[in-house]
Amino acid sequence: MKQETKTIEELQQIATQVRRDILRMVHGCQSGHPGGSLGCTDYLVALYFRIMNRSKDFNMNGEGEDLFFLSNGHISPVWYSVLARAGYFDVSELKTFRKLDSRLQGHPTTHEGLPGIRIASGSLGQGMSVAIGAALTKKLNGDTGLVFSLHGDGELQEGQIWEAALFAPHNKVDNLVSAIDVNGQQIDGPTDQVLALGNLRAKWEAFGWEVLDMNGNDLQEVIRVLEQAKEKAFNGKPIMILMQTNMGHGVDFMMGSHKWHGVAPNDEQLEKALAQLESPLQDY
Amino acid sequence: MKKYTYTEKKDTRSGFGAGLVEAGRRNKDVVALCADLVGSLKMGDFIKEFPERFVQVGIAEANMMGIAAGMTIGGKIPFTGTFANFSTGRVYDQIRQSIAYSDKNVKICASHAGLTLGEDGATHQILEDIGMMKMLPGMTVINPCDYNQTKAATIAIAEHHGPVYLRFGRPVLPIFTDADQEFIIGKAWMVNEGTDVSIFATGHLVWEAIKAGEKLAEMGISAEIINIHTIKPLDEEAVLKSVAKTGCVVSAEEHNRLGGLGDSIAQLLVKNTPVPMEYVAVNDSFGESGTPEQLMKKYGLDDEHIIQAVQKVMSRKK
Repeated sequence: MKQETKTIEELQQIATQVRRDILRMVHGCQSGHPGGSLGCTDYLVALYFRIMNRSKDFNMNGEGEDLFFLSNGHISPVWYSVLARAGYFDVSELKTFRKLDSRLQGHPTTHEGLPGIRIASGSLGQGMSVAIGAALTKKLNGDTGLVFSLHGDGELQEGQIWEAALFAPHNKVDNLVSAIDVNGQQIDGPTDQVLALGNLRAKWEAFGWEVLDMNGNDLQEVIRVLEQAKEKAFNGKPIMILMQTNMGHGVDFMMGSHKWHGVAPNDEQLEKALAQLESPLQDY
Repeated sequence: MKKYTYTEKKDTRSGFGAGLVEAGRRNKDVVALCADLVGSLKMGDFIKEFPERFVQVGIAEANMMGIAAGMTIGGKIPFTGTFANFSTGRVYDQIRQSIAYSDKNVKICASHAGLTLGEDGATHQILEDIGMMKMLPGMTVINPCDYNQTKAATIAIAEHHGPVYLRFGRPVLPIFTDADQEFIIGKAWMVNEGTDVSIFATGHLVWEAIKAGEKLAEMGISAEIINIHTIKPLDEEAVLKSVAKTGCVVSAEEHNRLGGLGDSIAQLLVKNTPVPMEYVAVNDSFGESGTPEQLMKKYGLDDEHIIQAVQKVMSRKK
């Protein structure tokens, strides 16, 4: 069990490499979701390479560890890349993403036994309930590990999220640190146009959560706010981080538009995108 | 022919409540969740004995299924409790993704299944739940027949790794199985041996089949009655062995004719040994308000309908 101690520069390099992986994976199968993956890269890199206490070897029960659950499963490319780069499986396996007989299914699953994954996700709205369940078990087991979860902002339109939102404060699930990827975009357009989410801080506070704001594309701020969240844990309230991100962050022509939610770049677009992401690390 | 008598009547849901306490005593990892139906599910004794191992989720069944799935991570064995309708159709996608596809060790315990819920009417009388649950890969589907068997099944599923759907009900019915029975998941129970017809019954219909068997005996018909408490995995060997002897089949269940026990048996027969078969089941309709007895009669699920089905299927045998 250990928390890593990488420098900001090293984390930046990993984040850039993860962004390259995302683009190459999605390009390789001409399908998948690059936009949200690029937007959430800094959060996941900070989580796995700095914030979480985690075992190098994967075990489903994760006793004594911090756990992470991805509720918006369509951003699987970023999670797969981070898991591989964190050592859970060989980076060469990233090339199998979304292909026949792969453990890297379109959406994350336990079904193929990929190390690092504890629940299937893809059908939206379910991950917060699962994270709460894992957090309750940690409490019952006297396990002081934390549970992290990530959700899309469009995903908040699912009713189950609000069932979970009501449950966690009532039951003082204070070993839970959830985050919402507030990129303001969903498949059919800006969330404000499709189904406006209104004042998210006011909503989560009204439900009884401790709410933190974070620029999800500023790695230093991500680390600072996640450390702050850890300090605020075990104080009677679940913690919600409203994480502002740019969909497609790191690639200028993909940034800020819902058009790259679920579209793969062609050869020319890939080349143009990778040119913006120079990394000293090795591609898979 | 073995004669079944009884001295006591109880509801199968009370068998679940008693089994849950016993499962909790045997294994500290057993936890229970309920969506605002503690009294109906008879979970009170478990809560009294293990208050810290009970989670009240309120009227939020989707959240309950997700929390149950999450609680398995770290080794808990969650038993969820609500009505069958809200245990299946309302939360199908949560069960599908977070429990079945994710292979989580959750026990979905569903009371008030079928018509015998009675006066509440069709909104609550689910007749499609067995079908929905048996279609999920890896899901075990169990529908015990009386108080004792439900208690034994509840204890048994705690020791079985994997998702289980346990279906039981509200009406007070005779207790005719042994209190100390061994419940083996997937193993059919021979109620009475016979030679003329095989009656495969599940849940509340087993008692109706026993009553029908006695009347059939008086008519000179030897019915083999087998209790299929585990609908999935089906005890194929027991079914085929019986059919080899009798050559015709009646299935009996408190469920829609489409997608229930009858269909599982029919599929097995078609693949192996096609013989005449009749269904005693609800004929693709919703239920309605009424007493359990009135509804079982009106929708064709009582002993008289089993007898009619036996006569019909035996006439087809020739």
